[in-house]
Amino acid sequence: MFISHNFEMDSFSQNPEFTIHSFFTFLDTSIMAVEFEGGVVIGADSRTTTGAYIANRVTDKLTPIHERIFCCRSGSAADTQAIADAVTYQLGFHSIELDEAPLVQTAASLFRDMCYRYREELMAGIIVAGWDPRRGGQVYTVPVGGMMTRQPVSVGGSGSSYIYGYVDSNYRAGMSKEECLKFTAEALTLAMERDGSSGGVVRLAVISEQGVERQVILGNQLPKFSTV
Amino acid sequence: MSEELFPEPEWLSEEVKTGTTIIAVTFDGGVVLGSDSRVSAGESVVNRVMNKLSPLHDKIYCALSGSAADAQTIAEMVNYQLDVHSIEVEADPLVCSAATLVKNISYKYKEELSAHLIVAGWDKKKGGQVYATLSGLLTRQPFAIGGSGSFYINGFVDAEFRKNMTKRECQEFVVNALTLAMGRDGSSGGVAYVVTIDKDGAEEKCILGNELPKFFDE
Repeated sequence: MFISHNFEMDSFSQNPEFTIHSFFTFLDTSIMAVEFEGGVVIGADSRTTTGAYIANRVTDKLTPIHERIFCCRSGSAADTQAIADAVTYQLGFHSIELDEAPLVQTAASLFRDMCYRYREELMAGIIVAGWDPRRGGQVYTVPVGGMMTRQPVSVGGSGSSYIYGYVDSNYRAGMSKEECLKFTAEALTLAMERDGSSGGVVRLAVISEQGVERQVILGNQLPKFSTV
Repeated sequence: MSEELFPEPEWLSEEVKTGTTIIAVTFDGGVVLGSDSRVSAGESVVNRVMNKLSPLHDKIYCALSGSAADAQTIAEMVNYQLDVHSIEVEADPLVCSAATLVKNISYKYKEELSAHLIVAGWDKKKGGQVYATLSGLLTRQPFAIGGSGSFYINGFVDAEFRKNMTKRECQEFVVNALTLAMGRDGSSGGVAYVVTIDKDGAEEKCILGNELPKFFDE
């Protein structure tokens, strides 16, 4: 997803783009989440761009919303941070009232309510994923516009267009945790290779009954493909 | 009936585009080309069975994408020029020659045209070759993808392509790639046309919708 900016400069020989203040910071990105038996695997690249400048090359787009619920953020960095903060607060309050762990579906609904109500002002594509005792690992996608749907595997961000074919052909139901990690890492690597707005390192997290395990795959450790 | 009650449908005035998926892949001994069959004018599908793999010579084909009129015209012009050329040299033309002819037209008229052709074929000198001619550049590649549907299969072809596949594997690879792209791109669909070119000639095949491979969400 890309928004064209209105800027007055007329040639490349003027000030570099990133010194012009009318740019917005974007998480044009590649994010992904996969359900497996017992939890979910989520992943994201690590690039945040302001125009053509990479404002942060080690961004963490996997944001905790609750102990076992995360969201993957894409779109406007400011919008997604603000929404995630608001939902974290609402969900924390709700879980104290309930006196038990919140459902992933509740978190996803809160995201959806906010993204739909303010759809004209916001630019946010979010994947909500986590584990709860009632339904196990779940992935919900809340794309731009504010719909919500549960999917066994979901990809998002600008880089996701390039890996629809790969994900459609390589996903199988009933994969193990290690297979899901490998699948996510490979898919994100392919997306990062083709999408200029995605890159850096691959951040992964596994959310299950045992808790959250995070890992980072550095650039030189990413899987290699024959044409890449 | 008055004009206001039945306004003219949009597709009568929209340009006809082959928003499409095309792919060409080399294997050990030849090439395989593939395309979908949808031609759209705005939101309407004006032809659901168009064969976008157009012969330029006996063992050289091109795959059309972009504006339907522009692409067909370029293919016809190059077909004629290649015929003349092959009579002059008294031999089968090289794939590189065909690609260069396409490139010359695409580059010279790049402001007016909006078509992207992938040229692929077999010749004695270099065997199976695939050339991409987007916007007037000319580059030889082990495989090439093009059209609106190709964005969705970039990851798939990057991951799954291997050099020196057999003919069978290459055909399966092309059909899988087309199916995946047609599943995600609204401007691609219909049937899959596959042409296999090797030293013995060109073999055309059409795979109907219900015979295409199925993936997990179907």
